[in-house]
Order: sequence, then C-alpha cells, then structure tokens
Amino acid sequence: MKKTWDIHGGIHPPENKSQSLQRAISNVPMPDVLILPLNQHIGASALPLVKPGDTVLKGQMIAEPNGFISAAVHAPTSGTIAAIEERPISHPSGMSAPCIVLHSDGDERWVEGPPPADYQSLSPAQLLTIIRDAGITGMGGAGFPTAVKLQPRQSIDTLIINATECEPYITADDILIRERTEDIVTGIDILAHILGRPEQILIGIEDNKAEAYEALEPLLKDTAIELVEFPTKYPSGGEKQVIQILTGQEVPSGKLPAELGIVCQNVGTVYAIFRAVCKGEPLVSRITTVTGNSCRTPGNYEVLIGTPAVHLLTAAGFDEFLCQRLILGGPMTGYTLNDLSAPVIKSTNCLLAADAAESPQQGIPQACIRCGHCAEVCPAKLLPQQLFWYARSKDYDKLAAYHLGDCIECGACSYVCPSEIPLVQYYRAAKAEIRVMEQENIAADRSRQRFEYHQERLAKAEQEKIAKREARKKAAEQAKLSAQDNENIDTEDTDVVAAALARVRSSKPSPEEEHKRLQRAVMAAESRLAKARANHELCAADDPRRASREATLEQARLRHNEAVEQLTRHTDSNDTSKEQQNHTAEIPARTQHQNQNQNQDTVALDRAQLAIEQAQQRAAQQAEMSAQEKLQLQCDSLRKRLAKARDRLKQAESDADDNIEAYATAVTKLEDKLAVRQAEVEQGLAKTPAESDS
Amino acid sequence: MTDMSALELLLTAVIALVLLSAIFGAILGFAAIRFKVEGNPLVDQIDALLPQTQCGQCGHPGCRPYAQAIIDEGEAINHCPPGGQATINALANLLDIPAPELDEEHGEEAEVKTVAYIREAECIGCTKCIVACPVDAILGAAKLMHTVIAVECTGCDLCVEPCPVDCIDMLPVPGELADWHWSTPRSSVELLKKPGIIATDRHGDVAA
Repeated sequence: MKKTWDIHGGIHPPENKSQSLQRAISNVPMPDVLILPLNQHIGASALPLVKPGDTVLKGQMIAEPNGFISAAVHAPTSGTIAAIEERPISHPSGMSAPCIVLHSDGDERWVEGPPPADYQSLSPAQLLTIIRDAGITGMGGAGFPTAVKLQPRQSIDTLIINATECEPYITADDILIRERTEDIVTGIDILAHILGRPEQILIGIEDNKAEAYEALEPLLKDTAIELVEFPTKYPSGGEKQVIQILTGQEVPSGKLPAELGIVCQNVGTVYAIFRAVCKGEPLVSRITTVTGNSCRTPGNYEVLIGTPAVHLLTAAGFDEFLCQRLILGGPMTGYTLNDLSAPVIKSTNCLLAADAAESPQQGIPQACIRCGHCAEVCPAKLLPQQLFWYARSKDYDKLAAYHLGDCIECGACSYVCPSEIPLVQYYRAAKAEIRVMEQENIAADRSRQRFEYHQERLAKAEQEKIAKREARKKAAEQAKLSAQDNENIDTEDTDVVAAALARVRSSKPSPEEEHKRLQRAVMAAESRLAKARANHELCAADDPRRASREATLEQARLRHNEAVEQLTRHTDSNDTSKEQQNHTAEIPARTQHQNQNQNQDTVALDRAQLAIEQAQQRAAQQAEMSAQEKLQLQCDSLRKRLAKARDRLKQAESDADDNIEAYATAVTKLEDKLAVRQAEVEQGLAKTPAESDS
Repeated sequence: MTDMSALELLLTAVIALVLLSAIFGAILGFAAIRFKVEGNPLVDQIDALLPQTQCGQCGHPGCRPYAQAIIDEGEAINHCPPGGQATINALANLLDIPAPELDEEHGEEAEVKTVAYIREAECIGCTKCIVACPVDAILGAAKLMHTVIAVECTGCDLCVEPCPVDCIDMLPVPGELADWHWSTPRSSVELLKKPGIIATDRHGDVAA
C-alpha cells in the first residue's frame, strides 16, 4: 500500500452519491436540435468550418481550433446546420454566445475516417494530433485543451489519474470506472505512451468508491499502474490537492504541476482519449450525472454534447415544480442555470435539480465573528476571513499579499461559515476585479505610450516646420547676397554662360539619346505605315470602311514623314556641332590642350558637357575679342551655316525630296541674317576709327 | 603650558571638524551628481495611477500634465472624472492626504465605458477628429473616410466636438461574455433594506 499524505482542512458534506448510482449508464433519446457553443473550453473560440444549410455527418469536425490553446468542435450526430448564432449557453452569467445549431436527422451516420491504428505503433506526436483533432478538453470541469496539457516543456516522471470525484452528488467518473474499466486502463496506457512511460503512474481514488476500486484492481495487477485509495474528504479532487495527497508535493503558488514533473488527468478525459485513439471517435458525447430530488430517475446518462439541458432533464424525469434550484455542476462549485435551453457541453459533469430541502434558501449573511472555521477548512491554507475583509474594502494590494490567487474556489469556507457569508462569491468577484484592473492598467500603459508618441510626433513636426522656415530665410538671404556680388563684379558674359549652362543641364537629353529616340519614333511610324498599307490593300474597293482605311493610311504616312524629318534634322544639327568642334579645335593656344583632352575622352564625355565647354570657350574668346571681332566671327559662322544649307538644298533637289521648300526657306533666312550681320560689320568698321579717335 | 594645550585642543578640534565637513561635503556633492534624479519621481507615480484617457477634463492637456500640476501647482486630486473615486482614493493614499469626493465641476464619473464610433457614411474626411485624438486612435486621410481603432480608443470624447458633420457617437462598450465576471454579493444591509441586523441598529436614527 502506497503512502498517502493529507491535505490541510477540508470538509465532509453529505455525499448524496447513491441516488445516481442506482442504475447503469443509460442513453438519452436523440434530441431534435443540438446547440454547440464554439467555446466550450479554456482558450480561444473555435472557428466554424460549416455554414447554415450544410449537411454534416456524425463526428465531422464543424469548427476548428483557433490557435494553440483552443479545441475543435465535432458534429455529435448527422444532420443539417440550421444556424450559427448567439444562443444562451451554460455559463454563470446566463449570457449568450455564438453556437452552431444542428438539426439531427436521426440517422446517426458516422463520417468516414481512417481506421484506428494500434497506438503502440504511433509516435507521441501522432497521438497528440489525434487527441487535438478529436477536440478533447479536460472533462473534470475546467475544460483545458488536453493536447496542450500533454505536451509540457518539462520531462514528466509522474502521471496521476484523478478518479477522486470528491464533490457531493456527482458520480459520472465513478460509474465510468465501474462500467468501462478496461477502456480506462487502455486509455491510461495511451497517456503513459505519450508521456514517455513515466516512472510512476498513479490512480487516485477516494475510499467511498469501493465498487470502482474493486473493478480496477484486478486489471492493474501486471501493469505499472498503481491504484491509491485515500480517505474521502472534500476537496481532495482538486488537481493541486490530489497531487499533494499522492506525492506529498505541494505545487508552488503560480506554478503548474508540470514544473514538478507531474501531469494530472481526469478519468473522463482518459476515456475520451481511449475513444479517440482506439475507436477513431472524436469527443461527441460524455457521461453526465443528472440527480437531485426533483428528478424521478436520477442517474448517469451518456449524452451527446450540445443536448439542451431540458431534454436531458426530461429523460431523467424532471419535475419542474419540485425544483428549487437547478445547478450546473456540483453543489459546492456549481452555478445556477437559469435557461433550460442551454446545452450540455464538454465539461458538464452534473445537472443537479435540487428541491427545497436540498437547496435551502441562502440566509441573510451576518457579520463575521472571526471564529476562524474557514481558515481551518481551507485546503489552500489561506486566511478566508482576512480575504473577506480586504475583498469588501477592495484593498487589492492586501488581497495579493494574502494570496487570493491561490484560492481554488472550492467553497469549503462558505460551507462552514456560521454567519452564512458567501465567502467564495466575494473571492470570485475580487479575483475578477483584479483581472479587470490589470487589463485596464495594460490598456492605460498603451494609451500613455501612444499619447507620448503623439506628443513626440507633434513636437517633431513643429521642429521641422521651424527648420524649414529657417532654411527658406537663409536661402533668401543668400540669394540676395549673391545678387549683390554679381552686380559688383559686373561680368555679364559669365552670367550668360551660367544661364546657358543651366538651360542645357535642365532641358536637353544628350544628342545621342535624342537620336535614338527619334530613330525609335521613325521605326514605329514605319511599322504603323506598313500596317495601314496592308489593311488598305486587304480592303475591297467597295468596302464601306475603305474611306476610313485610306484616311488612316494617309495619317500614318504623314506621321512617318514627320518622324523622318525630325531624325534628319537632328542628324544635321549633330553634324554642325561636330563641325563646330573641329572649328574650335583650330583655335590656337591654351584651348588646344583642352581640346586634345576632349578628343581623347570624347566617347566618355557627355556630349552636352562638351557643347557647354565649347560654349564657355567661345564665350571666353568673345569676351577677349572686341565687338568688331565678335561680329566678324558671327559672320563667319553664318557663312558656314549658309554654305551647308545650300549644300543640303542641292542634295534635296537632286533627291527630289519633299522638303525642298523648307530647305529653300532656311537658305534664304540664313542669307538675310548674314546680310544684316555684314552690314553691322561694315558699320562697325566705319565707326571704330572714330571711337578710337575720341 | 595649560594655555597652550587649550589652544592646541581648540585647534585640533577645529581642524578635525573642518576636515570632517570637507569629507562629508565631498561625499554629498558626489552623490548629488552621481545619483541625480531627473524630474520629480512622484509625477511618474501619480501619472501611473491616472487612467490615461488624455481627455483633458481636469483642465490639463493630458494625464501627465495633470500629474505635474498636482505636484507643482498643488492642484486638487479630485479633478479626474474618468478615474473616479478609485483613482482619487489611490492618489490620496499615495500622497498621504484625505481623499476628497470627485469635483463635479469637471464632470461626472461615467457609468459605462464608452468608445467613439464614426458613422462612416456621413464622414466627409476632414481629418479634424484625427488631429483632436490624443492617442492617434483614428485612422483616415483627407477626403477619405475615417474610422476609430476601437481597442485604442480611450473614450475621451475629444473627437466629438471638432466634427463638422457631427458623425461621431460615443457608444457604450458592449458587454461580452469574456468580460463578464462575478459581482460582489450584496451585503446584509442591502438584502434587508434595513439599517442592520443588530437590534439596536434597526432604528438607525435613534442610535445616531
């Protein structure tokens, strides 16, 4: 016999378990409507995979887990999805939550799935996937996703199966062990396999379940599983309590059993795992105790998840008029269910329809007389009277100092309180308020941060504005200053050059690019022309579209001519600039050196840059030359251009070009210009002696 | 001889005192520089207790400026309606002064938390509310519809007034299942609707 330890405090309320143990597990007739809340567990709500009108089969996943800590929901029977809407759920608030509403067709057609494999041949990861896909959550009450609990970061040396079921009235686990013993032993073996065969596998059971003990014992003879019986006491069934009873270790405040290398699972969960792994059935039903004096046939029922409470109660012979209070869960930790249409969910282990005798009216709480009974029975070794004191005055710091967070809300303190103070309610409210406050603090911190960022942003924008203003001011002053300087120096020529420089820089692309661009244009125009011509030829003479085709052809031709003209003009001007280059090369002395350099690097140098430099040189030369010489020079260049224009005209005449006229006008214009310049030169020549005289 | 020794004694004492004060002065001076605290740490503590709605109902442009004013200008601590009595109590506890009632001049404590909601069809995209929002919880651009990032909204109300088309409502935050929690049980006084259970308390006026 393994040694067991005792927990602090605890109470011995009337067990009232025999009522529901009179008959075997019975089935409930199929309800017409099943209501499946999307959140039956701790964690994020599941995401629906179906839409209203869909037909589903029994065991089909109808909502998938949303994130790691979440659980799937499966169709408990075959039928049609009627709606996905807010329905009252079994929750102490009596509020509604999103539910999938399923109309059963009564056929119970199972979904086709892969045949279940031998679990020994599967890896723990594969088994965990099966458990997760089966939507299994803790069946003992809290409803934490089992797959998450079975993959702790720490290595596990102890597996505890919680068969304590310490709360009065509830017998679901007891009857499950009695009737499905072998399945549960297999389920435990699956768990051991997943956890890498822990050193210790313990089943903790209270000594009031003699039948269950006797059923289990022979099956465990040749296994590593140890069955441990300990005295009945409420609340031995709490996870931390059962761990303490079986191992003598206390789970430290704010830590998980896994940190001690312990995993604890409820018997109901073990059975669900067996069904999922060995039968391939997801969690679609559970054993629920329906009891209380208001039920004619109290007992344990195998009920589909989602069955409305009223349906289950009717099956158990519920008498509405006798019922004083309908409690979901046990009498110690349960809560009143006000809406009978709320469904049975994965964690519903008991429906207690209590009559007046079983559920006496809560008396008027009297003042705390500091008797200390509550502290004597508290299994968490807290000081309930102090917690009550501080909960009433909302002294949250003190509540934290007295470890309110370690309260398991078992209700033992309220049970023994001679003043009938609903202590647990105070603790629940205070815990919630602390949680709300923490959330508000987080929100406030965020707001503070956002406000600070906002302020920072505004300050930055203001600074930038000021900086910009300053920069503008400075630039204006600079411009003013430089304007003054220019006036002082009086170098008009350089100004002209600078302006020309700026113009060249800003406007023109390099001549090569321009040339390429024009060539492209010509090519495009040619292709358009060819296309238009082809179209035109294809067209029959009497085609009504012929006129428009002709117009298109004409347009294309014009465009093409234009493009060609632009290209030739550009090529010509390039030639001129080249000539100019040669011309400047003739200019002797200091420019020669530069020109040589230029000639060497012509390829590399940007042509625009070249032109600029030439212009600069010319300007420099012109600045050195007298007005007379300048005019002379201009005349020379004009003459050259005229000669070229004439050549082009001749060329055009010989080629019978379309643009003869344009060339002719260019020649006459140049002739006019030259005449004007020559006249100026002659005038200047006449003037110069006079000027020099004066 | 005795005179001399007395003088010596005096000198020794004076020198010792001067030396000591010089040493301690140096230590204090070093500490003043080395352990200098920027700003008043009390302002941070007060700011941490304020609800950070940045609503300006206290007459200061945000929670921190109010905290600063409490310290610098001796502003009263009961000017924060969003924080309500809980904040006043916490501030009084921190500053070790008696907790006053909320100053109604600055507004009443809100019963329910609210959040701004823009009727988007009516929004003309003027960006006025975006400028007004102290926590940048409104999203939008000029001539485009704006919307409130509900989780970031502190319910401060500041965006309602600048809206030229009055398309912003302050809606109560809907109670969700996740927000539900047990409420504190009613006390015996409330249950009985009488002054008390002890016989002499039942006639409250007589006892008082």
